[in-house]
Amino acid sequence: MRKLFAVPLALLGAVTLTACAGADSSGENGEVYVYNWGEYIDPETIDMFEEETGIKVIYDEFETNEIMYPKVEAGASKYDVICPSDYMIQKMIENDLLAEINFDNIPNAKKYIGEQYWEQSQGFDPENKYSVPYCWGTVGILYNKTMVDEPVDSWSILWDDKYKDSILMQDSVRDAFMVALKLNGDSMNTLDTAELEAARDLLIEQKPLVQAYVIDQVRDKMIGGEAALGVIYSGEAIFTQRENPDLEYVVPKEGTNVWIDSWVIPKNAPNMSNAEKFIDFMCRPEIAVINFEYITYSTPNEGARELIEDEDIKNSEIAFPDLSKYSNLETYSYLGEEGDQLLNEYWKEVKSN
Amino acid sequence: MRKKLLAAPYTVWSVAFILIPLAMVFYYGLTDETGAFTLENIAAIATAEHSKALWLSLLLSLISTIICFFLAYPLAMILCRMQVNQHKFIVFIFILPMWMNFLLRTLAWQTLLEKSGVINNILSFFHLPTQNLINTPGAIVLGMVYNFLPFMILPIYNSLTKIDPNVINAAHDLGANNFQTLLKIIFPLSLPGVVSGITMVFVPSLTTFAISTMLGGSKILLIGNVIEQEFTQASNWHLGSGLSIVLMIFIILNMVLNTAFDKEGEGNVI
Repeated sequence: MRKLFAVPLALLGAVTLTACAGADSSGENGEVYVYNWGEYIDPETIDMFEEETGIKVIYDEFETNEIMYPKVEAGASKYDVICPSDYMIQKMIENDLLAEINFDNIPNAKKYIGEQYWEQSQGFDPENKYSVPYCWGTVGILYNKTMVDEPVDSWSILWDDKYKDSILMQDSVRDAFMVALKLNGDSMNTLDTAELEAARDLLIEQKPLVQAYVIDQVRDKMIGGEAALGVIYSGEAIFTQRENPDLEYVVPKEGTNVWIDSWVIPKNAPNMSNAEKFIDFMCRPEIAVINFEYITYSTPNEGARELIEDEDIKNSEIAFPDLSKYSNLETYSYLGEEGDQLLNEYWKEVKSN
Repeated sequence: MRKKLLAAPYTVWSVAFILIPLAMVFYYGLTDETGAFTLENIAAIATAEHSKALWLSLLLSLISTIICFFLAYPLAMILCRMQVNQHKFIVFIFILPMWMNFLLRTLAWQTLLEKSGVINNILSFFHLPTQNLINTPGAIVLGMVYNFLPFMILPIYNSLTKIDPNVINAAHDLGANNFQTLLKIIFPLSLPGVVSGITMVFVPSLTTFAISTMLGGSKILLIGNVIEQEFTQASNWHLGSGLSIVLMIFIILNMVLNTAFDKEGEGNVI
């Protein structure tokens, strides 16, 4: 949805800003083209980077990995730094779209990012050659305590008739199927047709209860009390609780997706060394902590976590969960061309039903 | 020679932004991943999900067009009867919202219609029953009518102003009552405007995906949504283009109908 706003906002911006444009059309030390998730960085850190390095940042946003991929693959718009998720990084590595990162030029990465995140990354980047972890987290249920008075600990509550028209599901193929597959006790990376069909049927069964399939709007709708239950990324939980204290986040007992979004450099990046500088800058603890406070998505940067002043957040189970306490956690892996197609086909059947 | 020179920018424009993209849609639509010719992408419209989305789109845009017509025709007639400076002002009021981006206006409807949105807050303040329109086909129809109504009003209004008042007076002199005059004189003479209004509401309604995403909560899949998702989510440009070609057939049918009636180019009013 944010992508849709980008157009009118850009137009508005173009009209209002033409007067002031021209002042800094290009940085003295070149440019770096960054392609990141929507609202996934504190704009202040970009200004700080520009000021310190003299490199102009040209910043674009995407809403889902699936929207990002074809743009990068087509190569029409060249980016220097992109921040995709685990399974998409794997797909990009397999399709030879990423450059190996020279970690000598990004000293802060190995210095501050915790060992466990590098290990976790090996699931999609086996030798830690292509990606630098930026954010991580889980997917769970956000619920409104004033509307749900029973304990929430299972995905099955999203199939409860009581909450008809008060359930928000993720409008993205993999996250929607993850919920249904986990509820059935299957792996979310399964390619077994019978398991996928069972998940599809479960989602079709759920559809009459769903208020809407949304992505970023889950946050606003939950804050506004528009729905009782919503599937959401853990990073949004702290932010939404700050805005509406009635909200609570849980990781269901059937297990969930543990995801990592990492910085990568595409093979056709025109400004490779500026990209390295950008990633290194973002790995600095004092910068990473600014971003964490702004976007509230868990940071893998141990140095940054030390700098968090609020003890509650520093030790928060939501922001920094102890993963060993949960069972059945998985990270998405790339399903291959055919797997993707199959899943898209099933998703269309769910949506058109 | 000079005329040719003046037309050059338009020729460049239409080749670059109309003909080449159209050719690309046909290329993608008629080939598969390997580049071999296939009709599969077009035949794909017959699958249950696609044909359902297409019929739903046709149905919702038909309903929207009919509602727009019945709202717009009386209004255009009222406008016609008004004094010059008055009707100019009213027409201005109707065009005014179009100065704002239509996505923003549709988003505003979302905020209005939500369960705890503005309209329901007002209704419950007066202890009236609340509405549950959001995320239903009704909300999509509302969005279509709201967004495309001016495109129906303006051509009808335009063709009504062109009717010679003496023709209407003659009808009255010859004993026709108001209703007969409307049915036998005014309506047939305004038909070109009606037809272009229908096209200008029906075509964008048929192809929209933004309205159904925003007001339908992504629960209601229209053919526009299917095509959009093939491009953005599934990155299957071949299937997306194939389905676009099918949609084009419906649009061309509508345009053929339009040119048959609208010989004076009422559709060019905007």
